[in-house]
Amino acid sequence: MKEVTQTIDTVVNGETMQCEVPVRMHLTDFLRESLDLTGSHLGCEHGVCGACQVMVDGEVVRGCLTLAVQADGKRVDTIEGLSEQGVLAQLQAAFLQHNALQCGFCSAGMLLSALELVREQPQATREAIREHISGNYCRCTGYQAIVDAIESVLQGKFAPATEART
Amino acid sequence: MKASAFGYTKANDLAHALALLTEHGPTAQVLAGGQSLLPMMNLRLAAPEWLIDINDLSDLAGVSDTGDAIRIGAMTRHRTLQNDPLVATHVPLLAQAVPYVAHAAIRNRGTMGGSLALADPAAEYPAVALAWGATMVLASASGERRVAANDFFVDLYQTARQPHELLVAVEFAKARSTQRSAFTELAQRHGDYAMAGLALTLQVKANIATEVRVVPLALGSKPELLAPVMACLEGQALTAARVQAAQAAIDETVEAQGDTHANAATKRHLTRVLLGRALQQVMETA
Repeated sequence: MKEVTQTIDTVVNGETMQCEVPVRMHLTDFLRESLDLTGSHLGCEHGVCGACQVMVDGEVVRGCLTLAVQADGKRVDTIEGLSEQGVLAQLQAAFLQHNALQCGFCSAGMLLSALELVREQPQATREAIREHISGNYCRCTGYQAIVDAIESVLQGKFAPATEART
Repeated sequence: MKASAFGYTKANDLAHALALLTEHGPTAQVLAGGQSLLPMMNLRLAAPEWLIDINDLSDLAGVSDTGDAIRIGAMTRHRTLQNDPLVATHVPLLAQAVPYVAHAAIRNRGTMGGSLALADPAAEYPAVALAWGATMVLASASGERRVAANDFFVDLYQTARQPHELLVAVEFAKARSTQRSAFTELAQRHGDYAMAGLALTLQVKANIATEVRVVPLALGSKPELLAPVMACLEGQALTAARVQAAQAAIDETVEAQGDTHANAATKRHLTRVLLGRALQQVMETA
């Protein structure tokens, strides 16, 4: 079957764009290969590892399980576009401080999961943190330091109510 | 890996989706949340010629009260079900099962209808729908029909849905005051597919169990009622000895298929343990 393409209108990290994409291309390939946004990674490409995560209309999704054509009319935010903002910057600083990454392959996806948790469950316990990041594989740290980092942000080093949901 | 080439149309509304299914039916797949379909396509286990994207059909998303039943639109996402008060009040078995469904990012996308229409024997919703005796609502260009969960699951990834039909909703009768339920599951990592699991519902009056329905996960090629266990419990007082007898019925009568996680004997053992836990939960709340 020959390659079919469609034109999409989308907003990526605040930038409005119109692009032609093969319909079989998934969102993370589009971001990495067409837009050079290589912050989200491809580990398994079947939804198990979480390294590919990005936000679509403010919700964390697996970029490998979302088609690029499905970004038509949507707002896409990647780690590159989110790192300047309050909570994510704090999470990044906490990850650094707690040594919550070594190779960094999982970090973009892990940070987005953590961001959604901090926004939606500001009272989350360690158990809830572990449950929420259970869909993100890290093969370096053993997770303990990641849970520590997220917990430190949850424990009042910022005020979640002051951060407007983007 | 990458999916093979396919054609793609985003349906504008239900009539458009049904027209597309009439046109492309046997060679098409419906794209709902895509959280099982797209992995299968990326792994080239599935290679549909056409994808019909129904994500814009907002009428198919949402939970409503029809009087006797709770109707859940096919495009209702796991994330919505997790926090829905109607589900929590009237279909407790479903509310008990939702936390086991996948991981957070997948719950943001995956849908009730997609999971039921795929009919994975290790998935939560097919087992819950069968245990509860839910009703599937199927639409096509020529009208609507309703299929009981008992008749819906045909075999591995096969349902009574015809290629030109769309699963638009599922209806769960409201729980009665005597109804009790429990959902238990074991997975290697929270949110992964079940190694073993169990959906249980029954009526309890004066500690006597009736209308017992038990459906295991990941034991065979489709969700099926555990008839010997149900027969062992039906009309009986819920006692520790009765729980043991029901567990023994699994060892004696239930056939299991092993997979990469566990062999058949292990799966039977895990299911027996989960049955004990589920009945314990019911006895504590009865």
